[in-house]
Parts: sequence; C-alpha cells; structure tokens
Amino acid sequence: MMNKSDLIEVLAKKMNLTQKKSESVINHVFNEMTDTLKKNDKIEIRGFGSFTVKHYKPYTGRNPKTGDTIQVKEKRLPFFKVGRELKKRVDGDADR
Amino acid sequence: MTKTDLINSIYKNLGLSKKESAVIIDELFEIIKETLEGGEKVKISGFGNFVVRQKEPRKGRNPQTGDELEIDARRVVTFKPSHVLKRALNE
Repeated sequence: MMNKSDLIEVLAKKMNLTQKKSESVINHVFNEMTDTLKKNDKIEIRGFGSFTVKHYKPYTGRNPKTGDTIQVKEKRLPFFKVGRELKKRVDGDADR
Repeated sequence: MTKTDLINSIYKNLGLSKKESAVIIDELFEIIKETLEGGEKVKISGFGNFVVRQKEPRKGRNPQTGDELEIDARRVVTFKPSHVLKRALNE
C-alpha cells in the first residue's frame, strides 16, 4: 500500500525535491482536483483517467436491515473512469 | 480541468518553472500508475483510494448479436472517494 506520505517521499527522491516542496505539490494537486469537482467540472488526466460528478435526486429508500422507509437526500458523488493506458498496464497489457 | 491546467497551477503557485512543473506532474501520475500496476493500492487521505481489484471470469453477452461469450478474469482499478471529498461535494 502507498499512502500520501509515501508518495511525497518517492516524488521527492525521483525529482530531487525537498520533502516540503514535494508535499506542497501533492497537496496542491489534490486540492485543485477537489475544487474542480466542487464546481462540477470534469477532470481529465490523459493516460490516468477522468473524474466526473454525478447528481442523485432525492428518493425514498429502505434500510435493508430493518425494512424501514427512509428519505435519501439529494447528493453528489465523484466518479473515476480509468484511462486506457492505466487500464492496460494494470491488466498486464491484455489485449481487450 | 486537464493536466495542462494542473501544470499551470503548480507553476503559478509554487515557484517552480513551467518545465519543472510539467515533469513533476507527469512523474506524480507515473508513480501512482506504477504502484497500481504492481497491484498495490494508493491511498490519498482527504481525496480517496485507488484500488486494484481482481475480477473473476464470467459469462456475458455481445450486446449487438446477443451471443454468449466468456469474459476473462482481469484486474481493474477502482476509486473509492474519501468521506472528506464526499462531504466537500455536498456542502
């Protein structure tokens, strides 16, 4: 597993950056991405993937455990669609 | 927003040259891709987790012809947004 601190360290090493600089780059990138999604804009990182926001209208649902009816509020959720290059690399270059 | 927008934003805000910013952004996503390629997950606290999942083979259909076909086992990347990101989108 790689977490944000690992990512900061690896990027710092590879790019010859200070930990601090690497950290500000990574924080900046994910903050910008969050702000973009907050504005309902799409993010497209070629070779990696794209992020979109889906809107869900309020609906009446059920608690699957108790069967009680519940009102589910309107919500927005982020979605990630994996890019072609990453998809292929993760699947071991399988041709499909 | 595209990679170019991210590069410009880094360049404007973090005192790096445009060229450096471009190389750094490319490297950042390359590190994430390499990690996922190795089957490891990537957790970005406050944003979300990128996870590699193994899918079992299953029977499917060609939606155009209706023919049955075998869908091979494969590895896919999924993204699970963090609570922080979900909350930010619903504020």
